[in-house]
Amino acid sequence: MAEMMKLKVITPERNFYDGEASMVEFTTTEGDIGIYKDHIPLTAIVAPGVLTIHEPEGKREAALISGFAEILPDGVTILAEVAEWPDEIDYSRAQEAKERAERRLQEKAPNLDVARAELALKRALVRLDMRK
Amino acid sequence: MASMRDIKRRRVSIQNTEQITKAMKLVSTVKLQKSRTKAENSKPYFNMMYQTVSSLLARSGNIEHRYLKAGDSRKVAVIAITSNRGLAGGYNNNIIRMVMGDERFPSDRTVIYSIGNKGKDGFARKGYEIAGDYPEVIEEPVYQDASDITKVVLDSFEKGEIGEIYLAYTTFKNTVSQVPTLLKLLPVEAGEEGQGERKETLMNYEPNEDLVLDQLVPKYMSSMIYGALLESVASENGARMTAMDSATSNAEEMIEELSLQYNRARQGSITQELTEIIAGANAIS
Repeated sequence: MAEMMKLKVITPERNFYDGEASMVEFTTTEGDIGIYKDHIPLTAIVAPGVLTIHEPEGKREAALISGFAEILPDGVTILAEVAEWPDEIDYSRAQEAKERAERRLQEKAPNLDVARAELALKRALVRLDMRK
Repeated sequence: MASMRDIKRRRVSIQNTEQITKAMKLVSTVKLQKSRTKAENSKPYFNMMYQTVSSLLARSGNIEHRYLKAGDSRKVAVIAITSNRGLAGGYNNNIIRMVMGDERFPSDRTVIYSIGNKGKDGFARKGYEIAGDYPEVIEEPVYQDASDITKVVLDSFEKGEIGEIYLAYTTFKNTVSQVPTLLKLLPVEAGEEGQGERKETLMNYEPNEDLVLDQLVPKYMSSMIYGALLESVASENGARMTAMDSATSNAEEMIEELSLQYNRARQGSITQELTEIIAGANAIS
């Protein structure tokens, strides 16, 4: 069993998670990363993705939309703008958002902000992913 | 001595005022509880963000980044958070006075981004330039508002229109004490703490320093503004509650005094009438 490290996930509205985990996985702008204790100090930007927390009792998953992570040898702090547990997600809204974003990307309107639409689509997909 | 009718009229009018202040106090008590929990819930994020960013900058050595050094412009921007409504004691005035009393903010080269009507009016009267006005934000602060404002202010920072950005808001200490506070947002100052032994562990950035700071600084700014908004709302309600509480007790005091005067006048007039009747009766017999 890997050593435990501190994990804090904080959003503007609340203390989302504060506890110990053996491993944390999430998505950064550079791709998925998994972090064990004694990682080198690293600051990364969070991209929409699934946050997986490995606790001794098992895995917990949450949707992590944006923010950044500060990784130090003894723990990880994620300052998230939006983070949601699976049972808090409004799936019908996410579904709508997904369809809207897909339609926008297909129509390819001349003044379309592609990056923004893609980001919206990604957010919706992450949320929908949690419904398992 | 004022006539009975005058005293009575005065007393009724003060009673009406008392009812209003009492109701306002109750309303702001309820609002205070709500806004206070909200402010307390967001405090960890607010503090963590500040700590993280300042320790990050302390540890990352000397990086050259546009957000870390003052712009060329001599103009400074102040994001001032006040309320839309008055009757909150010195709440709004304290902010205005704090900004005006600071020699870093002379009115000819300070632009105000105002959240809340009272602040806007106050600063405009003193000859400050109002670059942005967001009165509706203070009613129900959401994170999105804070990032919208951040975008506007950062835009003019990047264009070189302003050199420094400050945030003026009211810290909520407790129900009776709210402290006007000034915070420098940009350029970000490296924190004092963590500069000693922790400096050895050099921070790595992914993908790279510039890009991380590009993303981090706006997030830092919006969360500072958001936290300040929540604290200010709690402070506003706290200030209003205390102000209305003392207004109510003042009204009570005045009513008491007027009642005494009224009763004295009433007694006086009865005594006078009696003496007149007795004197009249005596004169006849």
